Amino acid sequence: MEHYNMNLTLKVWKQKDGNSKGGFETYKVNNISSEMSFLEMFDVLNEQLIHEGKEPIAFDHDCREGICGMCSMYINGRPHGPWQGTTTCQLHMRAFKDGDTIVVEPWRANAFPVVKDLIVDRTSFDRIIQAGGYVSVNTGVTIDANSHMIGKDIADKAFAAATCIGCGACVAACKNSSALLFLSAKTSHLALLPQGQPERNNRALAMVAQMDKEGFGSCTNTGACEAVCPKEIEITNIARLNRDFAGAGLAADIKE
Amino acid sequence: MLDSKIPAGKLEEKWNDYKGHCKLVNPANKRKIEVIVIGTGLAGASAAATLGEQGYRVKAFCFQDSPRRAHSIAAQGGINAAKNYQNDGDSVFRLFYDTVKGGDYRSRESNVHRLAEVSANIIDQCVAQGVPFAREYGGLLNNRSFGGTQVKRTFYAAGQTGQQLLIGAYQALERQVALGNVQQYTRHEMLDIVMIDGKARGIIARNLTTGQLERYFGHAVILATGGYGNVFYLSTNAMGSNVTAAWKAHKKGAHFANPCFTQIHPTCIPVSGDHQSKLTLMSESLRNDGRIWVPKKQNDTRKANDIPEDERDYYLERRYPAFGNLVPRDVASRAAKERCDAGYGVGTTKQAVYLDFKYNLINKYGRAEASKQGIENPDTETLIRLGKEVVKEEYGNLFDMYEKITGENPYEVPMRIYPAVHYTMGGVWVDYELMTSVKGLYCLGEANFSDHGANRLGASALMQGLADGYFVIPYTIGNYLADEISVKPIPTTDKAFVEAEAAVNARITQLMNIKGTQSVESFHKRLGKIMWEKCGMARNEQGLKEAITEIQELKKEFWKNVRIPGGIHEMNPELDKANRVADFIELGELMCVKMHWSAKRAVAGISARKARQRKVKH
Repeated sequence: MEHYNMNLTLKVWKQKDGNSKGGFETYKVNNISSEMSFLEMFDVLNEQLIHEGKEPIAFDHDCREGICGMCSMYINGRPHGPWQGTTTCQLHMRAFKDGDTIVVEPWRANAFPVVKDLIVDRTSFDRIIQAGGYVSVNTGVTIDANSHMIGKDIADKAFAAATCIGCGACVAACKNSSALLFLSAKTSHLALLPQGQPERNNRALAMVAQMDKEGFGSCTNTGACEAVCPKEIEITNIARLNRDFAGAGLAADIKE
Repeated sequence: MLDSKIPAGKLEEKWNDYKGHCKLVNPANKRKIEVIVIGTGLAGASAAATLGEQGYRVKAFCFQDSPRRAHSIAAQGGINAAKNYQNDGDSVFRLFYDTVKGGDYRSRESNVHRLAEVSANIIDQCVAQGVPFAREYGGLLNNRSFGGTQVKRTFYAAGQTGQQLLIGAYQALERQVALGNVQQYTRHEMLDIVMIDGKARGIIARNLTTGQLERYFGHAVILATGGYGNVFYLSTNAMGSNVTAAWKAHKKGAHFANPCFTQIHPTCIPVSGDHQSKLTLMSESLRNDGRIWVPKKQNDTRKANDIPEDERDYYLERRYPAFGNLVPRDVASRAAKERCDAGYGVGTTKQAVYLDFKYNLINKYGRAEASKQGIENPDTETLIRLGKEVVKEEYGNLFDMYEKITGENPYEVPMRIYPAVHYTMGGVWVDYELMTSVKGLYCLGEANFSDHGANRLGASALMQGLADGYFVIPYTIGNYLADEISVKPIPTTDKAFVEAEAAVNARITQLMNIKGTQSVESFHKRLGKIMWEKCGMARNEQGLKEAITEIQELKKEFWKNVRIPGGIHEMNPELDKANRVADFIELGELMCVKMHWSAKRAVAGISARKARQRKVKH
């Protein structure tokens, strides 16, 4: 692979905290290697700012290998930037060329308030899980793991849903700020498996109720979420959740 | 004198015997007892969830924005368990023996035996939670093999076993949060342990969103804070992984054991330049199907695919025919370094070896698929096409990740790999009950020292984290807390809390007042360079002596000239980092001092190892 260096203009959202008004600041960075990751380019910028006596840009990041879901930059109008199925930390500067201007914003959604600069508060996702995103088993199960026979195709589908890293790109991309791709990935993972059956109906109802309470919008099947998901979670999960939700609603009525 | 409290009796009876005789806390009393858990990776989340289930009042802390992001999530390859589902000769003893042998006979045998015993329970537990492990077509669980073993005992979920296990533990934890048994504190970093009458009774934590210092009481404190590989700056650890909690515990009297036992993982993507912020692991499971080689000719500049078969040196297969490419990690790493140092390295930096999938892609997977589909005498192209599909299913996400980072397609050209710092076997000393040398202070998972000796075998970190959290601490902590049931929660206005907070506050203020010229990052990079060059894969007395002096100089300079922008009472990632780097510098010095001491005793060490080998009879 040929390497090259580039000079870039960055327009980055700066906001002191959740109560302050934010705005774009413009920065220049030079001699950026095409081999750097996008976040390493931000490291260079931050080192430059510290050296100049200015405040660096706050952004969330941790594992830098595309799995923890912490990084969350809205790059040139797209969550995680231009590459398909890629988190911000795995986006590399090969995606850009010399002279480019790059606009970087935080996730924007009422349920993800800005904490500082590019950092948002995603604890609403934790609360959605708390509402029912689990199998209620205590530690100390004595059923042998192989007593659950699960066909490979089912196991693979459940795994595909479970690869969601909870980054929130789906919410950021959605014009309604709906969290339904995230939520449906979570419910599908468990709804596909035999272990998840006993609580399947309640789980769907409780998690959707919590999502509404958090202020996420409704789903209008636009599909923007699927297009930007770094783990390429499929929108068919939303169909599965809708089916479960409707079925659970009916079942609940009969019970009463 | 340290008392490891290992129960008497036969190795295989110790744990059962302990469980039968340890003290218990009754359900009503558990409700009155508070336990603090620092860290929410596999060890921390599983411990917090289980203690919550049992009825303790738990407070769980993590510095990330959600417990699900802890770095256990990045573990790729798998988790070992002595299930013997493959009927290939595995047993609790064999898992125990492999782990102890892999660790160069330096692990604590009683702990490792217990680990092997509970390993099967972990798999049962995770499957019950809905962890989607890989399955065979018949619906049963699948296994793969890992380095240093001759059986297939590793359970996995494609290349992201860590994420799937952590989601299981995280969901169990969130369930306890919903039930009110666990209070969760995200974006909080522990900055000191509060000691009252010789016992750990609480912590001082910094709320990383507001910058405020906060005080929390606990009848006991559990550290599950991971390893300190970032002392080398470049490692496969997450950017936030740090030693701070363990180091604060050390300063309060918890002993550190084997600090220089660092695992250098053989298969990582090589460094590409000075901008590099971290190194990325390519799972050891790739060595199931990838063959490691370098050119037979020194300084060979040809492209990998232009080097004919008979001019390639598959040096691991040549040197270690019984294990081939699946030798333990330390062996594979040293061999790679030796080849590169001898001038056989590949790539632009010459600090890399090839990990090549073509042979197995064609001959193992391609042929099997062709046979399944009834294609007779398939040509190479067909075999490659068919083999690729299988390899994609097994390792797809790793191949994608490699391509994103390097811009090269590993289905076409071999991966370039080089060893990198990955895991720290050393850590806080603990006894059989996982209690440190400070009363009421426990340490689980990678943060402690006990289970992996001088080298950890692949797929055993996840096993240890979950064993400690789900199955060990819930028993052993009761043995201590049973004597604490009459202790009323101590108000955080107590003098000990006030003083501990004042000390933390003084250090933060001191850091902020330095107002120097060099960034925190630049100090961390310099520390990492010293550590890697002089306390890394090759160490000698002279280098270690130099390293000790250089680190002492660096420490002085840090405290005189570091520049931390921003304020104290606000979100300030530079300040968070400065707190961590200051501790890394002190740890780095300790590692070099300890290593220097070991280097001097190297000769004695060899005979000691022989004696240990004799002790563990196969």
